[in-house]
Amino acid sequence: MPTKSRLHVPATPARPGEHSDFSWLRLSPAGAVPRPEITARATDILFLADGLVRVLDDAGEALGPWHPHLDPPDLQIGLRHMLLTRLFDDRMQRIQRSGKISFYMGSLGEEAVSVAQALALRPDDMLFPSYRNQGLQVARGRPLVELMCQLLSNTRDMCKGRQLPVLYHWREGNIFSISGNLTTQFPQAVGWAMAAAIRGQDAVAASWIGEGASAEADFHHALLFASVYRAPVILNVVNNQWAISTFQGFAGGEQSSFAARGPGYGIAGVRVDGNDFLAVHAVTLWAAERARTGAGPTLIEHVTYRGAAHSTSDDPARYRPRDDYRHWPLGDPIERLKQHLMRLGEWSEERHAALTAELEQQVGAAWKEAVSYGTLTDPPRLDPHLMFEDVFREMPPHLRRQDAELRAERSEG
Amino acid sequence: MAQMNMIHALNSALDIMLGRDPGVVVLGEDIGYFGGVFRVTEGLQRKYGEHRVLDTPIAEGGIIAAAIGMGANGLRPVAEVQFADYIYPGYDQIVSELARLRYRSAGQFCAPVTVRTPCGGGIRGGQTHSQSPEAIFAHVSGLKVVMPSNPYDAKGLLIAAIEDDDPVIFFEPKRLYNGPFDGNPNQAAVPWSAHPQGEVPPGHYTVPIGKAAVARAGRDVTIVTYGTMVHVCEAAARGLGLEAEIIDVRTMVPLDTDTICASVARTGRCVIAHEATRFAGFGAELAATIQEECFWNLEAPIRRVAGWDTPYPHAFEWEYFPGQVRVARALRVVMEMDR
Repeated sequence: MPTKSRLHVPATPARPGEHSDFSWLRLSPAGAVPRPEITARATDILFLADGLVRVLDDAGEALGPWHPHLDPPDLQIGLRHMLLTRLFDDRMQRIQRSGKISFYMGSLGEEAVSVAQALALRPDDMLFPSYRNQGLQVARGRPLVELMCQLLSNTRDMCKGRQLPVLYHWREGNIFSISGNLTTQFPQAVGWAMAAAIRGQDAVAASWIGEGASAEADFHHALLFASVYRAPVILNVVNNQWAISTFQGFAGGEQSSFAARGPGYGIAGVRVDGNDFLAVHAVTLWAAERARTGAGPTLIEHVTYRGAAHSTSDDPARYRPRDDYRHWPLGDPIERLKQHLMRLGEWSEERHAALTAELEQQVGAAWKEAVSYGTLTDPPRLDPHLMFEDVFREMPPHLRRQDAELRAERSEG
Repeated sequence: MAQMNMIHALNSALDIMLGRDPGVVVLGEDIGYFGGVFRVTEGLQRKYGEHRVLDTPIAEGGIIAAAIGMGANGLRPVAEVQFADYIYPGYDQIVSELARLRYRSAGQFCAPVTVRTPCGGGIRGGQTHSQSPEAIFAHVSGLKVVMPSNPYDAKGLLIAAIEDDDPVIFFEPKRLYNGPFDGNPNQAAVPWSAHPQGEVPPGHYTVPIGKAAVARAGRDVTIVTYGTMVHVCEAAARGLGLEAEIIDVRTMVPLDTDTICASVARTGRCVIAHEATRFAGFGAELAATIQEECFWNLEAPIRRVAGWDTPYPHAFEWEYFPGQVRVARALRVVMEMDR
């Protein structure tokens, strides 16, 4: 066999020990990409899938047709939710190291995607998240203690001890149950949206996957069904560049943008700066209005960077330069919104420090309460009988027998 | 009462449920305008419109996923997978999602989806149109698995499946669509109109999921079977002059162990028969359960009759199909007739 063949293997820009390289990243200047009418045909707005919608420039000024002109208090709420998401993530990551929770997945660097989108959507819009969208929960006002109890699989765990940490759900908050299997939620969101259209509801569905997960067949199913039935849905690909250790080129990102998958199906594709709170908010509002008025679905690619490990089970220093994130050309979403607010005269370092202290205290207090309901290792514990419930709506005879067997087994042990 | 074949009975079940419950939607390939390749959905789109009876792209994974999303948004979808042999692209959505949504969300979300799919051989379908994959669904916790053997049960079970809040995989033995089939391909086809269970009430009724039926009472031996094999086994037992008790399992999950074991405890002898491949087939579960519950009542070892552990070959359809000869051989062994 020759050592070199005609087979193309996508290149990974930088591995450990090499210098970070983002020269391949295609950027558009802030304010440069036009904002078409929401009724525009997908194939007439191909530039949206190719360019990069940005509102905030490097100096923190908001520019161009996508500028959403949000009121400063709304921006401050966005900043608060992003910061709370980050502090929560940071604390949970550290607690996992101490062994109190078995597993965690942080969203460092991707906070704007979840928070800006949750704020741009209506509370009755149904969200089908991936495992890195905790900002959706935070922005929809979920008490942190409920998330923590899930992470602890304790007596107040919403999942009754059945799910890995971070695979939350929230019926009341219209957030669907998170699966550990990738991309399955994408076509389910389309089905939900089809039902909304059939039932005459004007709520829309939104779903999130990573760029790596766009390789799954369910990505195709989602886009196809969304297109065929013009389902009121927003399909988000969070391109954070990394699928565990695998660079996005292996998901097909080398040849064209992920947003460009949309127009091939007749779906509007928009590539947006995922670290730009204002741009994400504006693009989401555009897509939501488009969906709500029957103009069709939108595929949004959020160009961002996974700042932390994939999960607590991997060490990114083994597959990418240790300081890669610091070189990411689109910066940090929290720093950028903070800079913008300060430029507007609506924020200061002092207020930021005070908010950080307040939110840290909020996280600490929630944790204290959460562990009082038990941890994976410390009582009180969930009753193992719960294992047999909810497999079916009513417990069938074979599960009743097994439930009794376990009870007998435990009384012997 | 009306005379219906299994296709008419299933159509009637869908018609009744579409009419009774505005949340019921039917979706699948070729099921709308055309009425389905086996005509089960004939006329439903004309009657209920394109928003309730939806033609879909050829994407079983997408069909199941869309049905799950619809179910989560308050609808009661009935998805058709054109052949059970085509269900595998939807397998992940069925196993990882549909089956577990209620469990993983502690009851906050569920998707009351019925997946209808024609199964089984005997129609010259070769290895891509003849499979009986019930065991690989019965093995998954969270799914109910059903297979009727006659028009009356087909309609009653399908209505029960649609009304059920749990997901149901509904297998339709396609060789039985037009008439009962005793395993002899050289005999003239018998229509359902000549069979007592071709008598089907035109209105709403249910056959409970989780209940086996005694298709024929007897005292010599118990035959535990389902689908097409119910009729093959009846003919084989008749041919041997045996008073066999034939249990039509009807529901693989939840399994009616009581009815099955009560019969075996009485007869002391048992043959298990299905069309699907034998190795790790559903018959293995039946045999193990019966052995555990009825060991001290058994007069002879349990025998299994099944398809061979090969793909379903086109040219050797009747050598593959577990016909009367294979069933009779097992019965003779279990009855110790050749001693």
